[in-house]
Amino acid sequence: MKRRNFLKGAGALMAGGVLPISLIEVAFGKSSHENFTFAYISDSHIQQIKGNKFVRNFDRGLIQAVAECNMMDPKPDFVIYGGDLAQLGSKPEIDHGLDIMSACKHKIHYVMGEHDYYLDLGEYWESQLGPQWYSFDHKGVHFVVLNSIIVDEKWTNKWSSGEERMGVMAGLDNPLGSPFMVGAAQRAWLKKDLSKVSKDTPLVVLSHSPLQKIYKGWNFWTDDAEQIQAILKPFKKVNVFYGHVHQIQYNQIGNISFHSVMATAWPWPYPSTYSQASSHLPKLTVEMNRADPFFERDATGWQFIDVWSGNTSMHLQLPENNTRTLAYNKKRKRPEDTQYQSNRIPPQKHY
Amino acid sequence: MQRKQVLSLVLTGLLTIVWNSAVLADEFTQQDLKLWQDEYMAAVKAGRDVFTDSKLGSNGVVCAQCHPNGANTHPETYPKFQKQLGKVTQLWEMVNWCIRNPLEGKNLAADDPKMTAILTYITHERRGKKLTPGKH
Repeated sequence: MKRRNFLKGAGALMAGGVLPISLIEVAFGKSSHENFTFAYISDSHIQQIKGNKFVRNFDRGLIQAVAECNMMDPKPDFVIYGGDLAQLGSKPEIDHGLDIMSACKHKIHYVMGEHDYYLDLGEYWESQLGPQWYSFDHKGVHFVVLNSIIVDEKWTNKWSSGEERMGVMAGLDNPLGSPFMVGAAQRAWLKKDLSKVSKDTPLVVLSHSPLQKIYKGWNFWTDDAEQIQAILKPFKKVNVFYGHVHQIQYNQIGNISFHSVMATAWPWPYPSTYSQASSHLPKLTVEMNRADPFFERDATGWQFIDVWSGNTSMHLQLPENNTRTLAYNKKRKRPEDTQYQSNRIPPQKHY
Repeated sequence: MQRKQVLSLVLTGLLTIVWNSAVLADEFTQQDLKLWQDEYMAAVKAGRDVFTDSKLGSNGVVCAQCHPNGANTHPETYPKFQKQLGKVTQLWEMVNWCIRNPLEGKNLAADDPKMTAILTYITHERRGKKLTPGKH
């Protein structure tokens, strides 16, 4: 498939509305015949009110994403779900989320989010979706899915109930929380898994939390990020996609490109807007505009990601905002906003 | 009586009044200041509780879900013209907007203790920021 055709398809979809999903084109396989696309949906936070009543707003975000994913042309080879399908990890929430996802016509690979996990440490999720971390190959690309939101055993076991533990972890800014990590067991698994992969095979790593350290107070953070980056370092082309942050972030650390994907539920403010603490948002990131609270789908917009050169280009179509492209600059070896990188506009210029 | 003497008497009288009122005025003691600070911090804490209370609205959604640490509420910019409401708006009106919409709940009165608590909490989380009323 040629890139132009793909963009044409994407353009038709753009005209149809705002898509709260990401479509990713991977065209860095061994030959041009192996180009493919995949879509990315994340952070729906399906929340039960009582019985069969769920928060309408969050249901709508996911329903829209699935419907538009089905309309994509060309069809994605598969879909990644980036985590936090549920808000409080309960069976009814996961069931309801999976029920909405079942309308999706494509194969789906799921990533674990903390909202799916802390009620029963992922037991129900696992019973429905399989292992919490795994890898697979697709047309010359090696995909790795990590559960990056676990914390130490002491914290995990100190609560009187799963509900209490989930309630604490569900509050992004709850000071009783604990920093996320991938942990020693998964790092050992990752090393073993990658030992079978040649160093020039493109890697796509999917995690829920950023595999980099941005702001600990809101767990925009993975505590063993440096150790994971070290494991990924020998590979020539590495792309990390993560959810969790509900906002645009991108960064380059050595050979690794980092990109966040948008949430279908709601946007989050940047950590810098919390004036009582300092954050480490990557300097590279040109922030998205402040969301319009009166437009409930604002800043849940869709992005289309292509990785066709082995590096990521991300195209963002946000409502009431200019379209943005974060393209890989080969000379400077990092993703850059093609329009705003050196000519930043204050995010407060729009809602 | 000479004019000078009258003036001096008047001045003495004035000084006496000033002196007396200084003595009679309410003084801030360390105890007062501590009490007031404690009361204020109790309102901040109560505000954090309301901000994370799933019973504030009708659907279990809490304020902190979209506003961690009260971020992006920018209390220092109110009152301001709110385009979507078509008028100059106070912060409590926007808080009620959020309670009615994302939280699917009912308005609080402007002087409801819960409203006072919310406003205290989100303003506390923005302490030190310059007042910029009307700014967007």
